[in-house]
Amino acid sequence: MGLIYRFWGNSAAGGSVKKVIQQKTSYTIALAGNPNTGKSTIFNALTGLNQHTGNWPGKTVLRAEGSYNYEGIAFNLVDLPGTYSLLANSVEEQVARDYLCFGKPDTTVVVADATCLERNLNLVLQVLEITSKAVVCVNLVDEAKRKKIEIDAEFLAAELGVPVVFTAAREGRGLEQLLSAITAVSTGSIINTPYAVKYEKEIEDAVTKIEPQIRKLVGKEYNSRWLALRFLDKDQVVIDAVQKWVTGRVPLNIKTGGAVLA
Amino acid sequence: MKMKNTESVLPSCGKDYLYNLPVGRSAVVTSLNTEGITRRRMMDLGLVPGTKIEALRCSPFRDPKAFKIRGAVIALRREEGCQILVEYEGD
Ligand SMILES: Nc1nc2c(ncn2[C@@H]2O[C@H](COP(=O)(O)OP(=O)(O)OP(=O)(O)O)[C@@H](O)[C@H]2O)c(=O)[nH]1
Ligand SMILES: [Mg+2]
Repeated sequence: MGLIYRFWGNSAAGGSVKKVIQQKTSYTIALAGNPNTGKSTIFNALTGLNQHTGNWPGKTVLRAEGSYNYEGIAFNLVDLPGTYSLLANSVEEQVARDYLCFGKPDTTVVVADATCLERNLNLVLQVLEITSKAVVCVNLVDEAKRKKIEIDAEFLAAELGVPVVFTAAREGRGLEQLLSAITAVSTGSIINTPYAVKYEKEIEDAVTKIEPQIRKLVGKEYNSRWLALRFLDKDQVVIDAVQKWVTGRVPLNIKTGGAVLA
Repeated sequence: MKMKNTESVLPSCGKDYLYNLPVGRSAVVTSLNTEGITRRRMMDLGLVPGTKIEALRCSPFRDPKAFKIRGAVIALRREEGCQILVEYEGD
């Protein structure tokens, strides 16, 4: 355990590897992460575009889109604003969340800061709650090395159940491995088994109750467990979005929050 | 948002509101006196019981104040700082 950068230049796969089955000719990839973790730096390096980077006033507020080709496949890359959470308390969170939940990217890359990984894992787990098609990119490993921080990529990948890649994006290091992990998850050559947060019995029972109804409404289009959890939160933005989505198809009549728990 | 009158009431011994933490000192979060979305937001910022926090700087009118929380610098308003209870280390 704790070998320094043993996985530098490698990606540690968290899921099972199977034969490449390419179903699409182009994939959409979202870049999510806490503020200031290097998302736009990665976006620029991969697309050759010039999204503003830096502490201030470089921060990304709206999403930016670009594209690149890798191994003959076209990828559209979406750079999202930095957030600590996907629970939409701010414009940035809303932009990021709406995109991850309803924009349905093929793969989501969560860019994490190697110098304070723990705080970044909150968002990682929130993203894994929405989608299993994720790659965790631990960026700023040059800074972490300077601060003598060691990260065990293999252990992290095994715990999270998704590929973990180390990068120092400003120097362009690790990007090749990032590209290959993104491709593997997008094409389905790696099937992830993401860590799932389990809640208290009361909440899990309520989810079990309402999730089938939600699944009936949205089918396989959206993640019904995640929607059920947001319904229990009485998250009006999500409730409205689902309502809008089903309008004209099935009348939405699901009791939320206290009503379900009661 | 409801604002409790926190200025006249001081918490029990050894504990204090995060807002009162002097610049340069550290303390550990013991509880959050808030609910719903504010509580969730604070937890998303890394403010969970047991978290060590250092007061970094004050703005001219002591609102907001900057804190180091789990490796990031986060500014909290007075209102928020008065909803977070901390315990001084070594007390
Ligand atoms: N040392 C080091 N610095 C980096 C690395 N990647 C990015 N940076 C720097 O970190 C700062 C923030 O980078 P951005 O790419 O703007 O970060 P971001 O995640 O897009 O930020 P927001 O859009 O505000 O969330 C910039 O000054 C980058 O040059 C890295 O791997 N190592
Ligand atoms: Mg950015």
